[in-house]
Amino acid sequence: MRKYQNFRVFKEKVSFLVDRKALTVVILLLLVMAGVFIFSTGTGEMRISPINVVKVFFGGGSDMEQLVVQSFRLPRIIVSLMVGIGLAVAGGILQGIIRNPLASPDILGITGGASVAVVGFLAIFSDESNALTVSIQWLPVAAFAGATIIAFLVYFLSWKDGVSPIRLVLIGIGIYSLMKALTTLMMLLGPIYQASQANIWITGTVYGSNWSNVAILVPWILVLCVVAFILARNINIQELGDDIATGVGSNVQRYRFLLLMVSTALIGGSVAFAGGIGFVGLMAPHMARRLVGSSFGALLPASALIGGILVMIADLIGRTLFSPLEIPAGVFTASIGAPYFIYLLFKTRNG
Amino acid sequence: MNTNQAISTKQLTLSYGDTTIINELDLEIPKGEITVFIGGNGCGKSTLLRSIARLLKPKSGAVLLDGEAIAKLSTKDVARKMAILPQSPSAPEGLTVLQLVKQGRYPYQTWLKQWTSEDEEKVNNALEATGLMKLKDRAVDSLSGGQRQRAWIAMTLAQDTDTILLDEPTTYLDMTHQIEILDLLFELNEKEQRTIVMVLHDLNLACRYAHNVVAIKDQKIYAQGKPEVVINCSLVKNVFEMECEVTVDPLFGTPLCIPYGKGRCILKQERLSRNG
Repeated sequence: MRKYQNFRVFKEKVSFLVDRKALTVVILLLLVMAGVFIFSTGTGEMRISPINVVKVFFGGGSDMEQLVVQSFRLPRIIVSLMVGIGLAVAGGILQGIIRNPLASPDILGITGGASVAVVGFLAIFSDESNALTVSIQWLPVAAFAGATIIAFLVYFLSWKDGVSPIRLVLIGIGIYSLMKALTTLMMLLGPIYQASQANIWITGTVYGSNWSNVAILVPWILVLCVVAFILARNINIQELGDDIATGVGSNVQRYRFLLLMVSTALIGGSVAFAGGIGFVGLMAPHMARRLVGSSFGALLPASALIGGILVMIADLIGRTLFSPLEIPAGVFTASIGAPYFIYLLFKTRNG
Repeated sequence: MNTNQAISTKQLTLSYGDTTIINELDLEIPKGEITVFIGGNGCGKSTLLRSIARLLKPKSGAVLLDGEAIAKLSTKDVARKMAILPQSPSAPEGLTVLQLVKQGRYPYQTWLKQWTSEDEEKVNNALEATGLMKLKDRAVDSLSGGQRQRAWIAMTLAQDTDTILLDEPTTYLDMTHQIEILDLLFELNEKEQRTIVMVLHDLNLACRYAHNVVAIKDQKIYAQGKPEVVINCSLVKNVFEMECEVTVDPLFGTPLCIPYGKGRCILKQERLSRNG
């Protein structure tokens, strides 16, 4: 039996129905996230015990520990966490408005748009000796712009008396294929060195993250997550179909646009700093659905935490397993994600 | 404006692209009664219902709800007066009955105010009325067809509107569940005087439950009124293009339509065929 708790304050000006099981799951996930965060911070060339890691967070620990944690590990771990959260929430929103559990940031071509922009950026702004003619700081900007432009393109091409989920998916898949082709073409035409650079980016990596990345990414992702959470009940209603949503008085097209923009901004921000880390946006909401059910008030926070945990673990494996060789985090999300995707397809077919 | 009309249409024209479905229709739907749209496949009865529910924009003309044009009302205001249950809706995997029914409260909610005592009361009433209280924590997709349809009806009840529109609420249900759903709607009308407008395929059930039938043919109303007054052989012949005999239901006294055609005849008397 599901247990619910009424939450009403300020003369019912604020009132929610809280699913206790979902709340418990979210709290547990929060603890797991904190655990992974601390463990990951302590793991690497130099091992630091979890207790010392916490000490370092509060200004303690040796100078060496301070240096390793603060300069090398923390920025990339925070970026992993944020990117995981961003992609997972965006994936959850997309699965809701498209009403299909197989929807993900990749399928709509949004990450593809970012890839083209990055490969194009590397091709255009490199001189003959393969050195960039502009600062690498502009790469995230290019990625973000690519993602946003493609999202708008998909949206407007899908428009016909409003945007229907099925048109969105079909146009999205078309654009996605086009972007893939463009990326391959540009990589083939460019010098080998760039191809390998671009490939690492396309796979997705948080290598080389720094505090200025963190300073941009953290507020960006967190603010958008709050917006997404506020919009949760509009995702819930869209999941029942356009007719039902219109029937209960929801402005379907307005919220669909708004929700698409929120997910685009989340995806844009994530790919800008970590490249095309795949499958997180597909897997995390799915796992969350298993744990907390289909209501987005619980589904979004649970997906966010699962996404964060997945990318943190993927990066941890990537930087330790074959050390000193760095494997992009995207390799590991894909290696869990691909079998999971096949499992999903298999289950849907037999379901 | 006549206050006995829950809904009326003025010169309503509906079309899909260049194909006109309904042409300059003036229709009045009485308050507090059950009205059923009947007609052959593709006659536009569902389209008409959808346009009344503002799911489809009219090409011209207007739909009036309590005398006001719905196109001019805010969509949330309309949602507090009129609920629509479209044909075969589907719920996401794992969504529970309570979570579904709760969403009927959408037009009363804001993002901070999502579960007031009133919301709780209306949702509980809806669950009681549909007999789903015990199933409220079950996933909608794990229910039987009849229970699932009741869950959707509960959601529209939670919307707490005077008028409820339903597009073929009994499709895909077996006979037991068809009667169960129609009994439920009939009771809601009897007890709470809710105006119910629906599309039904089964003419005999329409005659039994409706106070008022609207027969649609060739983009307009062929006939409208009490089933016992308007349903007869010539109506069925013209609207459904079917030969039949209309007799009286031995249990309810409402019109009962028995189609001619082929089939086993075990009566001793002459075969009941118009030609033979």
